[in-house]
Amino acid sequence: MSSPAARIMNSGFAAWLRRDLLLAYRRRGEVASPVVFFVMVSTLIPLGLTPEAAQLSKVAAGMIWIMALLATLLSVDGLFASDYHDGSLEQMLITPQLLPLPILGKVPAHWLTTGLPLTLVSPLLGLMLSLPGAGYLPLICSLALGTGCLSLVGAVGAALTVSLRKGGLLLSLLVMPLYMPVIIFGTATVNSAVDGLNWLPPLAILGALFAASVALCPLAAAGALRVTASN
Amino acid sequence: MSQAPLLSVENLAFERDDSCLFSGVSFSVDPGDVLQIEGANGSGKTTLLRLLTGSLQPSAGDIRYLGQTLSACRYDYLSDMLYIGHQPAVKLNLSAEENLRWMVATSAQSNDTSITDALTQVGLAGYSDIPCYALSAGQHRRVALARLLISEARLWYLDEPFTSIDKQGVAFLQSCLQQHVADGGAVILSTHQDLALTGLRKYKLKSHAEGIV
Repeated sequence: MSSPAARIMNSGFAAWLRRDLLLAYRRRGEVASPVVFFVMVSTLIPLGLTPEAAQLSKVAAGMIWIMALLATLLSVDGLFASDYHDGSLEQMLITPQLLPLPILGKVPAHWLTTGLPLTLVSPLLGLMLSLPGAGYLPLICSLALGTGCLSLVGAVGAALTVSLRKGGLLLSLLVMPLYMPVIIFGTATVNSAVDGLNWLPPLAILGALFAASVALCPLAAAGALRVTASN
Repeated sequence: MSQAPLLSVENLAFERDDSCLFSGVSFSVDPGDVLQIEGANGSGKTTLLRLLTGSLQPSAGDIRYLGQTLSACRYDYLSDMLYIGHQPAVKLNLSAEENLRWMVATSAQSNDTSITDALTQVGLAGYSDIPCYALSAGQHRRVALARLLISEARLWYLDEPFTSIDKQGVAFLQSCLQQHVADGGAVILSTHQDLALTGLRKYKLKSHAEGIV
């Protein structure tokens, strides 16, 4: 009896993924703003700190990671908010499928519209911040994995704060501590490569964090949504 | 052997913030029934419907589907149920057709009625590819109601389904409900309208704030 199971998977996961990607496509300007924010703030760093390549290259990896984190926080706020206001979240809660499945559909849609573009423009910012040549590949790899974690963990925070009118700041406070391991191992990956060390161990830990987030965050977000939606 | 009713509610009570919204709500619904929930504003009609969908938990009492508690048959019950709430769950950036497509894809069972046919029947024939922000509130409601034509669910829960719908729409929806109960379905709805449906029963929700009348 694999076909009913496959149908459940399909209807829970693919339908929400397709819908959220279509919605993101319709609101291209809004979706692009975290990426624009990422680029804009990164251009401020040479202006505010110093344009000297030697000093910039020391902070480049950390700065890019912090900007990526803030850009994700900006956008993850809206993950469930519009669904909450127009009633589709309520429909999501009463679908017969397991609730983590639709959430697992919505989070990749979020990553594809924020984490992936951030990852793709990051080499450009690396160039701007004089990141040494050895750091580019680790930067891309660590951001690709790390922004996945950020989206997943952010979904839990978004689920917890969805019914609050001004939930954005509280969301940041809730989620920021959980982002710490991601940023630690993300920057460690890039810095080890720049220092000529083996950069695969920190990347592997980042991968483990990602695997744990995939397994746990949809469950946590589902539980949070059940609690907040009953208010 | 007496068959267990399609849906039965026994002594349901709901408290919010330590004040009792309603208590002792009992009724049962069989195929062919239309149950209209009446009550003053704030008496808990929407809350009662949300309790039935399982998105809220009652503070006391039981909801049974075919004699089983909801936790025992969650998947079967939710697959056999369609709820249209106050908000029509219509995404403004999607067209009517795209909206309906994801709604149908995420619900468990659907019949052969195509999305285009359903939209034609609810009077949105020429509007299927216009983004919903260009449509009126009544047309949003019609998009949501088009789900009724596609769904295979036997239990329909409709919260104020006649809101912002014009006269022809009201007549169409009534005929749609009549067809559904004739086919062996059941409807529980909250509305202040007087309905002319066969099989209609009414349940008056008494709020605790009013006292026992």
